Amino acid sequence: MTAIEFSDRPRRRGVNLEKWGWIYMRASGVVLIVLIFGHLFMNLMVGDGVKAIDFGFVGGKWADPFWQWWDVLMLWLALIHGANGMRTIVNDYTNPGLVQKVLKGALFAAAAVLIILGTLVVFTFEPCPVGAPADLLPSFCAA
Amino acid sequence: MPETSAGTLTAPAKPAKQKPGGTLYRGREGMWSWVLHRITGVAIFFFLLVHILDTALVRVSPEAYNAVIGTYQTPIMGLGEVALVGAIVFHAFNGLRVILVDFWSWATRHQKVLFYIVIALWVVTMLAFTPRHLINVFSH
Repeated sequence: MTAIEFSDRPRRRGVNLEKWGWIYMRASGVVLIVLIFGHLFMNLMVGDGVKAIDFGFVGGKWADPFWQWWDVLMLWLALIHGANGMRTIVNDYTNPGLVQKVLKGALFAAAAVLIILGTLVVFTFEPCPVGAPADLLPSFCAA
Repeated sequence: MPETSAGTLTAPAKPAKQKPGGTLYRGREGMWSWVLHRITGVAIFFFLLVHILDTALVRVSPEAYNAVIGTYQTPIMGLGEVALVGAIVFHAFNGLRVILVDFWSWATRHQKVLFYIVIALWVVTMLAFTPRHLINVFSH
């Protein structure tokens, strides 16, 4: 039995991105359990659940910065967690090459676009758009 | 790899029925928890993409948002939401199991027991969620 050869070269210096990715999946996962279970409870369990969700419901929630930040944090953590998980799967089932590059590029693009879109939507949301029928709007619009 | 039995029709004498085991992992709790974690993760990821786009419609108009969110309130989608929540709850609890197995040597040794605890917690959570959600979907 020959001994396993170890390289004498020094370890690659700099940030170990794979290690931080591994840590991120666990840290974000724990936070996401709280955020998503809270999200599901507020939107599906309280009151009439899914039947109560409409424009007025969202407007009422995002009138409170607490729920704006809740949702934005959930957006960022979940998309990065999900895209990184999908990257792991791409690494498992494809060989290095063009296809792998395209798939990872698509994952990165989808995550980046949706994070920017979602963040803009939450913070530029207009709960009382001019000209919209009053019965579709949150109750505070009438005041 | 050359086919050793090429050219003959007689199958070589097989040893007594072999299970695909031989490791602590393959075909056992560890493998199935990994398979389920992958499948639920991919499903949740694609739902997330759709869910951000449908929510973004609040920026278009109240009518556009209400039209799309209304489809989430139909009986078929109501059943789909049970499946979605089931996937999320499994991924959440099994994710905690993965973290425990990574960081705590007791959990590494008892990962099989922890898998059954995940299943039990999943059943309890789904028993709390499913009736309430289905009543909301199928009444009013």
